[in-house]
Amino acid sequence: MSRFKTKKGKGSAAINTSSLPDIIFMLLFFFMVTTVMREVTLKVKTKLPQATEVQKLEKKSLVSYIYIGPPVKSKLYGTNSRIQLNDTFANVDDIQEFVAKEREDREEADKKFITTSLKVDGITKMGIVTDVKQELRKAGALKINYSTRKGRDK
Amino acid sequence: MAKKAAPEINAGSMADIAFLLLIFFLVTTTMDVDTGITRRLPPPVENDVEDIVVKDRNILKVLINSHDRLLIDGKPGDISMLKQKAIDFMSIHPGDLSYPEYKPRLIEELGIEMDMSQGIISLKNDRGTSYDMYIAVQDELAKAFHQMKDDLSLRLFGLKYNQLIDDNKIKGINNAIPVRISEAEPEDIGGK
Repeated sequence: MSRFKTKKGKGSAAINTSSLPDIIFMLLFFFMVTTVMREVTLKVKTKLPQATEVQKLEKKSLVSYIYIGPPVKSKLYGTNSRIQLNDTFANVDDIQEFVAKEREDREEADKKFITTSLKVDGITKMGIVTDVKQELRKAGALKINYSTRKGRDK
Repeated sequence: MAKKAAPEINAGSMADIAFLLLIFFLVTTTMDVDTGITRRLPPPVENDVEDIVVKDRNILKVLINSHDRLLIDGKPGDISMLKQKAIDFMSIHPGDLSYPEYKPRLIEELGIEMDMSQGIISLKNDRGTSYDMYIAVQDELAKAFHQMKDDLSLRLFGLKYNQLIDDNKIKGINNAIPVRISEAEPEDIGGK
């Protein structure tokens, strides 16, 4: 009798932590799946303007981005706004080619749903944006999205 | 030799490894959702197409110059009055010749016939206009159309446009109040 008692009563039982790795792995996989690694290095500053009437951009795989803004390395490239496509600076003439390439990358059925997101810095003059828009029209990429931050409600 | 059972692998450090990976992904994750104002560009025009003549009373001209100043319908204006002006312009004013024409049209989704304004808001900007100002104006106009959708939705269903769930109703409201913003072909107004 007494032998059983001494064995059972001493000390509190340790918490079973064998399922802890499983829980952590679950969290890990969640973050792995939701993570989108930034695929381009930004060479231009894009401090987006704010707006209230914003819509969410859905289906990120069907969005191609055009960045316009003053270069990050202003000593090297000056402070005038430049266009960035993928990883390099580009001219207005390159846009049609860019759109064609973006289209080739998508599946046939998705081609008409491609949205072009314009990430433009607030201090940029409209001249360059208008030029880009004209090129997009010529290239047939008519769905555009002026990327803005949500906020600023009077 | 007596065969021993294979020793159990110590899994105590597994949690640590997983934690390390987890923290790495936590730090690198950006969860920001892209938001913005969606617009549709008009298809390119051929050179030989004649200009479509739109009656003067049907257009609300909004001009932004290179100093980010507004000209609404020929009068200098402020951004704060743009929304009210746009709503006023797009509403139906029976018998008033200074407001746009309107035509009755059947909205199938809603099953009612209502007067549709023929007005168009024409937005024109200079090459020197700042993008901030352009977006502010686009946003103000979007707000105006949103408010009109809200008003109609409240009148018909007693709910705001955002609160509608029925796809058919949303489509109906969208058809009843189309976003009629036209962007003019770019040109230099007011120089560099």
